[in-house]
Amino acid sequence: MSKKDLEVIIATDCGSTTTKAILIEKKGDTYRQTFRGEAPTTVEAPFEDVTKGVLNSITEVEELSGRKILDGEKIITPNNGNVGADIYVSTSSAGGGLQMMVAGAVKAMTGESAQRCALGAGAIVMDVLASNDGRADHEKIERIRQLRPDMMLLSGGTDGGTVTHVVELAQFLKAADPKPRLGASYKLPVIYAGNNMAQDKIKEILGDRTALIITENLRPTLERENLMPARHKIHDIFLEHVMQQAPGYPRLMKMVGAPIMPTPAAVGTMTEKFAKANNFNVLAVDIGGATTDVFSVFSEVFNRTVSANLGMSYSISNVMAEAGLANILRWLPFDMDEQDLRNRLKNKMIRPTTIPQTVEDLQIEHAVAREALRLAFDQHKALAVGLKGVQQERSISDAFDQTSSGASLINVMKLDYVIGSGGILAHSPRRTQSMMMMIDAYQPEGVTRMAVDSIFMMPHLGVLAQISEKAALDVFYHDCLVRLGTCLAPKGLAKDGQLIMEWEVTGSDGSKQAGQLRFGDMLHVPFACPKAKLVARPVNGFDMGAGSGNKVEADIEGGVVGLVLDGRGRPFNLSKEPAKRRDNLNKWYKAMEMYPV
Amino acid sequence: MAHAYTPGLKVMPCTLFRKKRLLPIPGQVLVELGKEVEATDMVAQTELPGKVFPVNVANRMSVSPDEIKDLLLKKEGDTVKKGEIIAENKPFIKWFKTSIESPIDGTVDSVSNVTGQIMLREPPKVLPLLSYVKGKVVEVTPNFGVTVESEGTFIQGIFGIGGETNGEIMMAAKSPDEELTPESITEAARGKIIIGGKHAGLTVIKRCVEMGVKAIVVGGIHDRDLRQLLGYDIGVAVTGTEQVGLTLIVTEGFGMIPMAEYTFKLLASRNGEKASVSGATQIRAGVMRPEIIVPGFPKNVTECKKDQGRGWIEPGDPIRIIREPHFGVIGTVKSLPPELTIIGSESHARVLEVTLDGGEVIVIPRANIEVLEK
Repeated sequence: MSKKDLEVIIATDCGSTTTKAILIEKKGDTYRQTFRGEAPTTVEAPFEDVTKGVLNSITEVEELSGRKILDGEKIITPNNGNVGADIYVSTSSAGGGLQMMVAGAVKAMTGESAQRCALGAGAIVMDVLASNDGRADHEKIERIRQLRPDMMLLSGGTDGGTVTHVVELAQFLKAADPKPRLGASYKLPVIYAGNNMAQDKIKEILGDRTALIITENLRPTLERENLMPARHKIHDIFLEHVMQQAPGYPRLMKMVGAPIMPTPAAVGTMTEKFAKANNFNVLAVDIGGATTDVFSVFSEVFNRTVSANLGMSYSISNVMAEAGLANILRWLPFDMDEQDLRNRLKNKMIRPTTIPQTVEDLQIEHAVAREALRLAFDQHKALAVGLKGVQQERSISDAFDQTSSGASLINVMKLDYVIGSGGILAHSPRRTQSMMMMIDAYQPEGVTRMAVDSIFMMPHLGVLAQISEKAALDVFYHDCLVRLGTCLAPKGLAKDGQLIMEWEVTGSDGSKQAGQLRFGDMLHVPFACPKAKLVARPVNGFDMGAGSGNKVEADIEGGVVGLVLDGRGRPFNLSKEPAKRRDNLNKWYKAMEMYPV
Repeated sequence: MAHAYTPGLKVMPCTLFRKKRLLPIPGQVLVELGKEVEATDMVAQTELPGKVFPVNVANRMSVSPDEIKDLLLKKEGDTVKKGEIIAENKPFIKWFKTSIESPIDGTVDSVSNVTGQIMLREPPKVLPLLSYVKGKVVEVTPNFGVTVESEGTFIQGIFGIGGETNGEIMMAAKSPDEELTPESITEAARGKIIIGGKHAGLTVIKRCVEMGVKAIVVGGIHDRDLRQLLGYDIGVAVTGTEQVGLTLIVTEGFGMIPMAEYTFKLLASRNGEKASVSGATQIRAGVMRPEIIVPGFPKNVTECKKDQGRGWIEPGDPIRIIREPHFGVIGTVKSLPPELTIIGSESHARVLEVTLDGGEVIVIPRANIEVLEK
């Protein structure tokens, strides 16, 4: 069937706990998501067959839509009237997702490139080994033995360069004789994407012990990263080896009309498509119970990180351990005993499905979410960097402006769009809460549009984008994104109450709003018009993206929240004085109408 | 009749259960199908390959990697003793002689003329696998282990630390809402599994470690005490390998929470009997909770319950609230309204009405309760 003929699409995302199905139908020229269903994922005992959950979720879509999609355990294709679908696609993160270990010669160079490569392919990186990672050699071997990854990515050296380090890593790997996580009798798949001069040696060392796959070097020269060939190999092995071992996946692979993608890889694809279609710098986050995934596209460079132990239920206690109690307590507009907070968070960890019943309890979860988002963003900024080790040419005029190689690509002033997903952002009782959590965690500067993916549809759309980009983008704009609005945050510092910006917004429907922003204030202006023009005039010492005191004109979006004018300054710091901090928080939360009074 | 699905912890006076006992890597199974085993019997064992120690001969002898073969006194597969010379040069002047000693007892695993390194491997370590519970071998998984079947009391806790252990049950609290005190831990507690009430503080836990207590089972602990005991914060609930000197099982949660009366009475009915306990907890996909297993029937029970609980709740069921603002409160389900209800946090949630002891009726999200055994 040609791509033009796609009219009815069924897509599923098999998560660790829930399998979600959506139905997409072409209405006139536009694709729209029309029905959805969900069912518990059935990878674990007693079912041990992922297709059961898939069929259950599709059955729910059948019941709601009245469309017959299944014939027994088969999907009826193509669509004909009110029967069948033209294609079925799926993503999967069930059974712990794709778990990898990567290795590179130098930690900050090929080690980092290998990490970016695996993360971009949708993997959880269990560890990064490198010749200079600070561990003794026998410790590295022990580590390889302890972990049981799904596959390993071995890189190291530029093409034609020294072979010693990468051969040494291969020998460590051989000595450790690691076993794959699934299927104890299979050989561990190892992708070699390092110095091409070492390929024969690597074959000699690992050829017998592992399922070795050799591909192009992911860092052929210090100045260039070439991640795609290795990423494609990761996807191939994910389908050929890892998925084949997971319960029910061989059957699922026969049901789909396009290759199954790891869920984060699909979200990454969708983020990239959206950024490219609009020429935006985009930050997307998915904060779950156990992990937080961060995706970014800055200056057309895509990056993904996964913070494996930052989440809102299973990992909530780890957020406390990493952020520190003081950092969580600082977001609470009331006084709270440390022991009480500790016990509450641990009780959430051991009973992860409970929900906050009171406003106070909700505020505690929101405080933790800010810290989880902030920490995951910090980890992302540390990895989303330019290539390190690159030789830079400098003229005499650069002598006073020397930056080292490997600076972070993330610049919050140039950030155009933030997309949040995951329970705490998608299902907060008030949308202002979601927007404020993201503003507090990311501290965007200048003009930043914000949205949430309310039912986490990005995985389905990412895998669909492989078949039809138009269908994926249509549904993304119309049904997936819930536009929150735009945050306007002048960068700079002043005294409380001092005028820092005058602003004016004109909607495409002719509606107008204007006003002044004073330092220390938060203003919430309800504004639903989807497209609008902003004119912002920051005072000297404040920057909205065009330099200190310079006027900015920009396209912005209204939404279910509207405009949020953040006059708290950047860098934004909460008062060290507890009483003043609580007064400020109460003032801002009231201005934003965040919580019931 | 309205009912709702609810997960709950198992607290069963007598049930038939099976324990899979498998080695992490292939090895040797030591018992046959049908054999009766004690908790401390070894059912399988394997050899874990020894640790590997790389020795960079080329660097230490200042030669190129392809030259090391001329300096090595050992070849691949040879055994070496700690301190034994494994490589040496042959200079014209004896003074400049350099040699390398083996850092371990073991064998030469490999020699590389690319990196100039040799890999030495320690001898394998024997890893024994115990039965852990008393019962009968009902299945043998060749090269990996066995499945042991048994009948007895089975109680799950909500969280624990420390691994598998065995001992006699000893009631150290008179009621489920009594706090465990250091004075109650006497010499008689040595080697025992101590049952407390609502709370065990750091002082009493340390006292138990000193007195050689095998395990503590208690309603609640404070997270601050747990941190001090371990020396770090537990980030994710994946436990079982902690080495604090005993196994600790919490049946209700963090804070001071009386142990459920039913659980307390059941444990009291097995006072003085041998039990197997494990603190291993894993709260993610494939949930694992800590457990207390006492083989055999309790005194007043003559038949084992096959039913694993019905898995849902109905009006009249006793429940415990497991989240603020009523954390730990016990009540009875009054009704299960089907429609979504707006709760205090403004979220829309499925709820239930709960009648408290004094007759007061409150509304609680269904996600925030646990069913108690009658």
